[in-house]
Amino acid sequence: MMSNSSNHPFELEQRIAQWREFVLRRAAILEEDADELESHLRDQIDALLERGLHADEAFLVATKRIGSLEAVSKEYAEVHAGRLWRNIVWGNDKPSWNTDFYLALLLACCAAVLFHLPKLFGFTPETHEWVYARNFTLFCLPMLGAYYVVKHQLGQRGWYWLVGASLGIATVINLMPWQAESATQSLSLIHLPLLLWFLVGVLYTGNWWQTDGRRMDFVRYSGEYAIYFVLLALGGMTLIVLTNGMFWLIGMNIEWFTHQWLLPSGVMGAVIIVGWLVEAKQGAVENMAPVLARIFTPLFTLLMLTFLVIMFVTGRSFDVERELLIGLDALLIVVLGLVLYAVSSRESNKAPSIFDRLQWLLIVSALLVDVLALVAIGGRIADMGFTANRTAALGENLILLISLSGYAWFYWQFIRDQRSFALLEQWQTRFIPVYAIWAAIVVFLFPLVFGF
Amino acid sequence: MNLSKDLMAASSTPIVLGVIAEGETYGYEIVKRVEELSGGALQWTDGMLYPLLHRLEKQGYLTSRWLVGESNRKRKYYAITDEGTATLNEQRQQWQVINNALNQIWRDITRNDDHDVQFV
Repeated sequence: MMSNSSNHPFELEQRIAQWREFVLRRAAILEEDADELESHLRDQIDALLERGLHADEAFLVATKRIGSLEAVSKEYAEVHAGRLWRNIVWGNDKPSWNTDFYLALLLACCAAVLFHLPKLFGFTPETHEWVYARNFTLFCLPMLGAYYVVKHQLGQRGWYWLVGASLGIATVINLMPWQAESATQSLSLIHLPLLLWFLVGVLYTGNWWQTDGRRMDFVRYSGEYAIYFVLLALGGMTLIVLTNGMFWLIGMNIEWFTHQWLLPSGVMGAVIIVGWLVEAKQGAVENMAPVLARIFTPLFTLLMLTFLVIMFVTGRSFDVERELLIGLDALLIVVLGLVLYAVSSRESNKAPSIFDRLQWLLIVSALLVDVLALVAIGGRIADMGFTANRTAALGENLILLISLSGYAWFYWQFIRDQRSFALLEQWQTRFIPVYAIWAAIVVFLFPLVFGF
Repeated sequence: MNLSKDLMAASSTPIVLGVIAEGETYGYEIVKRVEELSGGALQWTDGMLYPLLHRLEKQGYLTSRWLVGESNRKRKYYAITDEGTATLNEQRQQWQVINNALNQIWRDITRNDDHDVQFV
């Protein structure tokens, strides 16, 4: 490494992140232990900086004082004998394993009960589908937030945030004078889970969203959450189909029970249980998710490039229909998710590889698709004026344009000029609030602007 | 002065328990406090403290919890349990026995030295 010993705070952050990565590579040291060691390292560095050392000197002295990671991890392995098996054996030696699980189970039951509670007052999903569409995410995601308030011991401030935000959102969403058939309401409700997910994220990070590192953890967490949720959903579907089938074979139809009671309770509960699962079994999916990202990156790249080529060859690129536009946006959001996750699961100190070039290609093709979508939306707005849907699509595609351009730019610099991958990570974590703010705008401001 | 490895290993448990018995605290503070108490002579490899803390927690002598401090830094705080206090008292008695014996020996040696000086 070049020895331009600058005192730039960013470089220090990068070195600490690398060090942490290095610490975590030891099987006996878990995420939580790395947190503990990192906070020690930071305290030490702060003390040394105060004594007038340069950032790089402070970092060197502090890491030296932590000692040989080899020896330290050996000690950890001796204390926590089970850890080296954490990827293979279900049993986990974390002392809070049981309490965590019962807490999650309790909150899962609460979410399920909340879902069925309105039925007592004559509101059922069949008769009042909009009431349920407005509220079903409010039944479960705040419960997931509550799990982290307790688990990360956020105390009163955490509860104020959670209860205040959930009640606030619930009140506004339910009191807005919605029209019967309203595109704005659909838009608002599509973005509501996203907004609530960011609320969960703030609580999940445990430090109020402050550090880039924890935000990155949140991205990683979201990716793993999605995978676990799909796995659980598959299992749940199998269970329901089998249950229906078995009872049907003995001449009983219990679909009313499985569909109206079992399925919604299961989905509500799963939201919280998955939250527990992701943390309890961190090691298991950690190894699988990056592999999935690697498999799907080239496939999505191929899909988009083929699509673009065919669009241009057939000359269909400039009369994009409404449905196609929605499809394009959905595709772009999936790709963005893939990129977010791939960046979060990459080790930041590794040299650029073929996978990074592929990733860059994916981003650039996504950018092209985004430009295509923007042209189409611009055309529709010019022809037919602004509506809630078109404005939302415009905003979303503009945000995607900025975000993807940033990715393309920093990936390019990383691959070409060997600039630090941490810059790219920073771009990613700093941009996350933009998504949250946009979601809030669509949920709250759009109904006001476009007359509900 | 370099303390021998065995001596460090034997003394670290009562020292750590003792420091935590003064009040709930976290790793970095413990290291600082030990340095202060020994006038800088006791210099641990910082990383080694944490496995020890975890071991003591596993044995039921400590409890821990994560707290976000004033600087927004998340830290794991350790507090001593009743069992930990009992162990600390036990260790204290053991160390006192050794301490007394050693003191006696040092005193005798010094006295003999003085003696020698007087009569040679």
